[in-house]
Amino acid sequence: MGFLQSIDWMQILRCFVVGGIICVIGQILIDKTKLTPARILVIYVTAGAILGGLGIYKYLIDFAGAGATVPLTGFGANLAKGAIEEVKTSGLLGAFVGGVKVSAGGIAAAVFFGYIASLLAKPKIKKQ
Amino acid sequence: MKPIETNQEYSDYVNKKSPDSPILKNCLNAFWVGGLICTIGQFIMNFCQYKGMEQTQASTVVSIVLVACAAILTGLNIFNKIGKFAGAGSLIPITGFANSIVSPAIEYKSEGYVMGVGGKMFTVAGPVLVYGISTSVIIGMIAVLFGA
Amino acid sequence: MKKVGTQTVMFDHPPTIVDTASIVGPKESQGPLAKYFDQCLEDEFWGEKTWEKAESKIIKETVNMVMSKSVITGEAIDFCFAGDLLNQCISSSFGLRETNIPFFGVFGACSTFVEGMCLASCLIDGGAATNILCATSSHFCSAEKQFRFPLELGNQRPPTSQWTVTGAGAAMLASSGTGPYITCMTPGKIVDMGIKDSNNMGAAMAPAALQTLITHFKDTGRKPSYYDAIITGDLGHIGKEILIEMAETKGYNIKNNYNDCGVLIFDKESQDTHSGGSGCACVGTTFSGYFFRQLKERKLNKILLMATGALTNATSSQQGESIPGIAHAIAIEN
Repeated sequence: MGFLQSIDWMQILRCFVVGGIICVIGQILIDKTKLTPARILVIYVTAGAILGGLGIYKYLIDFAGAGATVPLTGFGANLAKGAIEEVKTSGLLGAFVGGVKVSAGGIAAAVFFGYIASLLAKPKIKKQ
Repeated sequence: MKPIETNQEYSDYVNKKSPDSPILKNCLNAFWVGGLICTIGQFIMNFCQYKGMEQTQASTVVSIVLVACAAILTGLNIFNKIGKFAGAGSLIPITGFANSIVSPAIEYKSEGYVMGVGGKMFTVAGPVLVYGISTSVIIGMIAVLFGA
Repeated sequence: MKKVGTQTVMFDHPPTIVDTASIVGPKESQGPLAKYFDQCLEDEFWGEKTWEKAESKIIKETVNMVMSKSVITGEAIDFCFAGDLLNQCISSSFGLRETNIPFFGVFGACSTFVEGMCLASCLIDGGAATNILCATSSHFCSAEKQFRFPLELGNQRPPTSQWTVTGAGAAMLASSGTGPYITCMTPGKIVDMGIKDSNNMGAAMAPAALQTLITHFKDTGRKPSYYDAIITGDLGHIGKEILIEMAETKGYNIKNNYNDCGVLIFDKESQDTHSGGSGCACVGTTFSGYFFRQLKERKLNKILLMATGALTNATSSQQGESIPGIAHAIAIEN
């Protein structure tokens, strides 16, 4: 019960709305530009990294929390933030190490679970 | 209708004849599914922080949990139905990144575990890592130059 | 045989289509034409481990079926023309490797079936063969895997996209028989009007269909009303409308007797197939299942069968090339 009471419901609402809007922008790109999913994801991660590098994206994270970190722009911003922070402690080496270091969890999880899923699952047709 | 002679005329004509995607409905679905996935992430984040985790760790846990969920749903042949309904709503969150890794891994299992699963896993997600990581390295280098 | 006009060949000894066979996948089995197909499968794998193996099995069994239906088997068959969409036509060559019949692998994308029948008719008319087998196949899952995305990827299909038909069609052509006969053919030219959207194949192929259609009428002096039915392969709903309108601007009204296999094979509303069916098997199964029966039962007596193909591959579309289209037509008459 303590956990539920600790939740800031206004923050949850901000998360929902911002996360939703970021997705809607992607949807408009899909429907209006015929970009493939891979291209949309690349645009998002690059845009996120640039906004993160410029120090803009962190304001969105402060405002919306997971609404800004869960979309792929958040992944990009995290890469950039990691690189910048690592540069502070280890110089040029940090530029190479920092980004992947902070996002290693997500990448390793995707690779690992992807592999496991491929062992267990069989391709199926879309029933649509 | 006038006879069509040039490629440009034909292209304009085809654009007129081709129905547009139902963009309003798609955006609405993308909005609430995307928002919901982020909100689930937020709850996981809050719970981790409530249990005493610091923010960066909590944020990594969010990524891992969402990626795991997306992998399971992809394996169960459910994610593509969500994706069909929600479009960018499930593509843009990290769930879409996970789906783009898991789906070719499953599809290309028939070509073997090394070149099939291992090799094709990144056909869709590879570019994301290439551009994401390269951008972060460039930003890191700029940070070195300006002594951030 | 002799050439008339610019690109039409009239056969002096028109080959007869002895019989046809068709096997379709589960989705086609729920479509409006389900009752006309010889066999409907319950799942896309049909007991095989991969989509590619499943497609090979479908074409193999379809060929076996047409052989037993027409009672022309083994050494009585002089040649075989077959093709499909998978790289280097592996479904056909793997599916037919045990048949022991001289084999021509043909590729005309989704126009392959009629391309094969054109070539077979020439050999028969020229006296080089008595019986020739023509077959083609496609499979939704193997085609998606090769041309688009993994099946489990959560992407949306745009409204202009078409659904690759899972199945195979086969026809047995012979030098003598009771008909229906292939009386003439109009092989198509490659026509490219610069469409690059691989999710709008109907629009990419429609200009090729128009070119073949109009040339056929000019070469033969026939009018659209000569035929009980004019049928295109897989232009889908969008391509069909484009062809009707563009033919009208050239002075040919085909509204009343024209239809498209991609439109007929699925129910657009309930099956969510967007612009309709596509793939080699679209015209292959629809002709073998539905139209051949209509001809046999004399419900239709003269049809113009025009299979359309989009001559593209995954690499060319990634390189931003436009999609060349082609359409081959044959007249089939009682």
